[in-house]
Amino acid sequence: MAIDQDFTYTDAFLACPECDLVHAVPSIREGEQGRCTRCGALLYVRHKNSLDRALAFALTGLMFFILANMFPLLTFEMEGVSQSNRLIDGAIAFWKAGYWELGIVVFVSSVVAPLMVLLVLITLLLPMRLNRVPPSPQLQIRTLNHLRPWAMSEIFVLGIIVAFVKLQDFADVSVGLSLFAFVLMVAATVMAYLTLDEDALWSRLREIKA
Amino acid sequence: MSAAPVTAKSLDAISCHVCGLLVSNRYIREHSDECPRCAAALHSRKINSMTRTWALLIAAAVLYIPANVYPVLTLVSFGQSTTNTIMGGVIELVGSGQLVIAIIVFVASVFVPIFKIAALLFLVISVQFGMKARRRERALLYRFTEFIGRWSMIDIFMISILIALVKLQALATVTAGPGAIAFAAVVIITMFAAMTFDPRLIWDEEGENDDG
Ligand SMILES: [Zn+2]
Ligand SMILES: [Zn+2]
Repeated sequence: MAIDQDFTYTDAFLACPECDLVHAVPSIREGEQGRCTRCGALLYVRHKNSLDRALAFALTGLMFFILANMFPLLTFEMEGVSQSNRLIDGAIAFWKAGYWELGIVVFVSSVVAPLMVLLVLITLLLPMRLNRVPPSPQLQIRTLNHLRPWAMSEIFVLGIIVAFVKLQDFADVSVGLSLFAFVLMVAATVMAYLTLDEDALWSRLREIKA
Repeated sequence: MSAAPVTAKSLDAISCHVCGLLVSNRYIREHSDECPRCAAALHSRKINSMTRTWALLIAAAVLYIPANVYPVLTLVSFGQSTTNTIMGGVIELVGSGQLVIAIIVFVASVFVPIFKIAALLFLVISVQFGMKARRRERALLYRFTEFIGRWSMIDIFMISILIALVKLQALATVTAGPGAIAFAAVVIITMFAAMTFDPRLIWDEEGENDDG
């Protein structure tokens, strides 16, 4: 299929985001993916019930995010004295110690961005599920794209594991309820991103607006 | 390869960097330079990609030194104090027999930042000199570099947890060191460097006067 030289804009063709090579968008089956023939970048994926599944995962993620903020992550005990920490305590501790830059970085990457991702997904997909136009779909989808690299919950989990191992050397450390909730939140968020198909998102939006 | 490949640029069009819609320059001239689907600003290539990436890489390379020389955390327990740099933390984990964790921290905190700076430097220089060979491998190198960059934050999160948790006055207290700021800056600046580098520059001259 050749491209019409006079097009204004089109979604029947797609330029690879990493090398600019133009591909005709094929009708691939659910569960399949397409890669760039020149540089190998992932171009498109199709998932069954993409939008419904992404919404379900985002709602699950939000529930676990709330739980993850209610209980301690880790408890540390030495000579009968104990101390627990919550998710936001790391950011607060940096801030109080005078390392406010690090406080902001940790706060944004472990609390604000992961929460925003879930809220943006829900306020985008829930109205669409109910056949309504979301508050500001263009802004929401752009925000989702820009937030993505800065939401670092999955890396925070590894940070917790390393801290746990280091502390074990000289004291008793125990895992709090929130740690399980946090890990489940990370899993739900990753699944929401993996199942979300942006092409399905745009075509569903067009259907609703029509 | 004989004919020049068909790219958005060769069609006088721009691919939206947010939603991927293919928009012709004629539409942009006649209507607006906002994407008609997602309203993002349209650019054929990332703006000032080479200059920005160079500047960020130099800043990251300079900060890499204090990030590794200054301590990132200090533990005071029963009047004894231990101070760790990034590498010191890895050595301590090896010393206490936590090999798997030591390898994870070594890869994330020592290997990844230096690998990222080196890989991006190589990519920027290869584009600057119009290197024609191994485009696909360089594209893969870029994709890999962009993917691994965030994982260096492990140490910063670990420190944030330790200072929040270990504050038992005389028994044990952990405090952060100035190396942590420099280290976080290296991670974030190299993330921006990977974002400002435009991998399409690797391919831009392909097919015009080369043989692969
Ligand atoms: Zn490509
Ligand atoms: Zn767009």
